[in-house]
Amino acid sequence: MMMNKNIRREDMSRAVIVHAILLTYTLVALYPIFLVIINAFKSRKGIFKDPMGLPNAETFSLDGFTKVLAKSNFELFFFNSFTVTVVTIVIVLLLASMAAWALSEYKFPGNTWLALYLAVGIMVPIRLGSVSILNLIVELGLINTLTALVLVYVAQGLPLAIFILTEFMHQIPKDLKEAARCDGVGEFKIFFAVILPLIRPAVATVAVFTMIPIWNDLWFPLILAPGDGKQTITLGIQQFIGQYVTDWNAVLASLSLAIIPILFLYLIFSRQLIRGLTSGAVK
Amino acid sequence: MAHSGPMTDWRKAKLPVFAFLAPATIIYTLFMIYPLIDSIRLSFYSTPSGGEMAFVGFDNYRTILGDPDWSATFWNSFWNNMKFFAVHMLVQNPIGIALAGILSLPQLRFRNTYRTMMIMPTMLSVVLVGFIWQLILSPVWGVGVDILDIFGLKSLFGPWLGKEGSALITLSFISVWQWVGIPLMLIYAALLAIPDDLVDAAIVDGATHFEVFLHIKLPLVLPTIAMVSILTFVGNFNAFDLIYAVKGALAGPNFSTDIMGTLFYRTFFGYQLQLGDPSLGATVASLMFLIILAGVLFYLFAVQRRLARYQL
Repeated sequence: MMMNKNIRREDMSRAVIVHAILLTYTLVALYPIFLVIINAFKSRKGIFKDPMGLPNAETFSLDGFTKVLAKSNFELFFFNSFTVTVVTIVIVLLLASMAAWALSEYKFPGNTWLALYLAVGIMVPIRLGSVSILNLIVELGLINTLTALVLVYVAQGLPLAIFILTEFMHQIPKDLKEAARCDGVGEFKIFFAVILPLIRPAVATVAVFTMIPIWNDLWFPLILAPGDGKQTITLGIQQFIGQYVTDWNAVLASLSLAIIPILFLYLIFSRQLIRGLTSGAVK
Repeated sequence: MAHSGPMTDWRKAKLPVFAFLAPATIIYTLFMIYPLIDSIRLSFYSTPSGGEMAFVGFDNYRTILGDPDWSATFWNSFWNNMKFFAVHMLVQNPIGIALAGILSLPQLRFRNTYRTMMIMPTMLSVVLVGFIWQLILSPVWGVGVDILDIFGLKSLFGPWLGKEGSALITLSFISVWQWVGIPLMLIYAALLAIPDDLVDAAIVDGATHFEVFLHIKLPLVLPTIAMVSILTFVGNFNAFDLIYAVKGALAGPNFSTDIMGTLFYRTFFGYQLQLGDPSLGATVASLMFLIILAGVLFYLFAVQRRLARYQL
């Protein structure tokens, strides 16, 4: 096909404009994060003298990091967050896929109502029940434990996980289950041996969706487990920075220590997240 | 929701079906639904210091909405929250829609890289975002001034986060910066679902990509935009972390950044000037619940239903 030269030039200039807009916004999105990370690797003098420059031989310093690691329980905060997040994800994924399977596979009275009941939590923030949650956790003797956080986060994560997984379960071909049933395989075994392996891609998406709000939450760590030794990374950083507001090296280093792991995880899982969204898992 | 074929009769497998459903339903009911309902119940009780919990009817609501001190604080936080929401609706969502529109242009190179980068701030904790911007906007550091200087706007710089008139708007923009990723992702996904031949036909007829976006794609993704709006509403009226991280529980200066979430926290736990009160805290939470419920119902019955009809 022949291409008109003018059209081609128009296309070119249009592409330039489009990329200029996208680059500008990318810069707006990333520059603040970049700025914090580069300055964390500078000496105090470097931070103030040349805030926008990259660390160089003269300004490079790891002072901030050594201070944070010496003064705060950073490793402990990280470990607490990690434990809570991983345990919650495992429980949410197991319980949600079991429930989603039952809801999508079996016809029983009240099926639709139960699905609706379990979906209410997608729209209603669990935070509004905090007064009663605190009472409940106190009564169970779980105050200041990571278990308290796990229980609340499981309840918070289940609705969306069940909703997404139910949609996904509907797409599993009927023949697979029928073949297994004809061979006399039990319902539990069908779920664990046939269905669970099949939904692996959806599980990854749900895991990312469940993980981010838990890892980043401040509210529940603040009210349920604020005590020494149980702080999650978000709460620990919040308290640490509150104490050392004027120590710029320590503040910048602690921010970087909290940002870098989540950025790293995001880069690993971003494809999974986007695929989950664009494959129509969320409608 | 599209259901594929007839479902298996549960009577053949009563026990497994029960076992599959019970754990999720029990934890969800115990730690989500029960606390929500119980909080509403608690809002009708009062616990005088050392005394027994007593039913007081609507007294707590009368206190918060009627007592001059309380009602001024409540309405201040409500209107602040409305402003917070308005900035998100007027700035965050249009930017998200525009970026999603550009990213979904055919034959765009590096679209995945752009998208990954633009969504990055959304992954960070609100607390970190608050601190990052606090540093950048700090007059002590001067990096904010330097950035404005590049564009010749140095004279505009001020202690935005510290002034009563600008603190709330500044915090709203910080929140917008973080959450643009949500409308961006959801609307981008909806745009991708539009069949190509619909767009191709219009292009062949001589329409520009902008016209196609405005007249074909945008009307088709209206339901997603409505969903993004209600998610924004729920998220905004439940917000807390950013204000708490940057301004503390007192939401200064002079309560100019106080929103429903910070009011709830102060009422529940108290602060320097006052002891916490769980009953009044539950009342504030119930009022927040009513506001969020009103938004969700408006979405379900007015917006979503009209959009569904419009689509047919």
